[in-house]
Amino acid sequence: MAGVGATMGRVRDRVEAGSSGMPFRVKLGLVYTGIAILLILVFFWFQFDIAFMREWGPFILGGIPLTLAICFGGIALAMVLALFGALGRLSKSAVARGIANFYVSFVRGTPLVVQILFIYFALPQLAFKPSSPTFLQTIFIFPVAFAAILALGINYGAYMTEIFRAGIQAVGGGQIEAAHALGMTDAQTTRRVVLPQAVRVIIPPTGNEFIAMLKDSALIGIAASGVELFGRAQNTGLGQNRPFEALALAAMVYWLLTSIFSFFQKRLENRISRGHVRIEGGGH
Amino acid sequence: MDPIIRVEDLEKHFGDLQVLRGVSLDVEPGEVIVIFGRSGSGKSTLLRCVNFLEEPTGGCIEVDGVRMEAARHVLRARREQVRQIRMKAGMVFQDFNLFPHLSVIENLIEAPCVVKKESKGEAREFGLQLLDKVGLAEKADEYPIRLSGGQKQRVAIARALCMRPKIMLFDEPTSALDPELVAEVLEVMRDLAKEGMTMMVVTHEMGFAREVASRMVFLHEGKVLEEGKPADLISGARDERTRRFLEAVL
Repeated sequence: MAGVGATMGRVRDRVEAGSSGMPFRVKLGLVYTGIAILLILVFFWFQFDIAFMREWGPFILGGIPLTLAICFGGIALAMVLALFGALGRLSKSAVARGIANFYVSFVRGTPLVVQILFIYFALPQLAFKPSSPTFLQTIFIFPVAFAAILALGINYGAYMTEIFRAGIQAVGGGQIEAAHALGMTDAQTTRRVVLPQAVRVIIPPTGNEFIAMLKDSALIGIAASGVELFGRAQNTGLGQNRPFEALALAAMVYWLLTSIFSFFQKRLENRISRGHVRIEGGGH
Repeated sequence: MDPIIRVEDLEKHFGDLQVLRGVSLDVEPGEVIVIFGRSGSGKSTLLRCVNFLEEPTGGCIEVDGVRMEAARHVLRARREQVRQIRMKAGMVFQDFNLFPHLSVIENLIEAPCVVKKESKGEAREFGLQLLDKVGLAEKADEYPIRLSGGQKQRVAIARALCMRPKIMLFDEPTSALDPELVAEVLEVMRDLAKEGMTMMVVTHEMGFAREVASRMVFLHEGKVLEEGKPADLISGARDERTRRFLEAVL
């Protein structure tokens, strides 16, 4: 072993010495090329089935719009819940704070997959009770996309409550005093002074949450197969005995989507941190 | 004339710490009261009690006919009364507290529009007049971050005036400023005093006090130790502690 170690050491020395004139970016490019070649080899090793992809690829990719729709809906709901959650946790009212604390604690303390299955499968139990009036069926039985938005929104809303709370608390006490001294009520102060300033702090991490949700939305596939991106991949992959092809395609698409949104999220973050960009018009 | 501000036996505790120990003070309309004293003497707390940024723990405050006893609980009706007082009492803070997300003119008209439901046009017109008065008409559409400290404080004064207050409270308005910017802020305050605005000013600017104040109040350990006309107090303070403080700051 010592001999091997010494040989490796000498090889490393020679590589380092030989490449010392090469720019770091070029080295990095070489590494990426190597990884790409390895990945292609993996695809060959699995005997990547082009015919399967041609036949089922479009069906799997057809789940993308729904995945995106679920995530946009989910993040919108999460932002609303996080706003109320944060205001509740900072409220002087025991009722508001109690409800908000319970919401955050319960949702963060239970697995997302359980929440999804609960909303999709457990709630209809109420609708199907013999004694239940029929309108409950319209309340407790959701189409899968709606259940997904509900589950992801509620779950992410609980995590984002802390983001929103931090954003609100980042607004200085002097701002609140100034608003109060001008005769504003608490509600006016929150709406006109605190929230517009908190938005600066809240937006970048909310972008990160959206990207995380994009990946977590795959859990919907556990509840209902064949609907969104992962559900379709899993369904066809297992059904056609080609799980590698189907899952690799889904993974690539998630990676591509998260990369695109990360790119925009970074730009947004830079724009905001550069200072006095107006996110919300003052309204005058 | 009836006093416009009446402070009676005011007490303020922060937990176990008693900051105000029975302060009484009447302010007539048009008076300029300079409150001074050592750090920790309670002068800022006294000012902040007048518009209830601090809730008094004892005594009574009356502002323009609205009389408020110290209360253990702040209920809805009291909050509304406090708001009435705050609309009559403009406040200027040591560190300006301009709203950074709003332009200068938006800072001015925010409260008139939101609190008094004035129309934007009306508020804007008055706001521009005020900016002109504090010498910042050309900065109306600038954002606070682009202003110097002195300019910020003048905007803050104009913002408070935009609510058409009957009294103005100044909490160390020049303490956060670079020395060369102090004069421009004092100039605006001097003009305001000349127009007959009732003012309570916490400051260490003894030159300003000598020239503008109708009365000076020396606070010491939460009590009014001495008060009088600036000429009398500055040259002939009766109490040894007032004299020592004046020697230190003059």
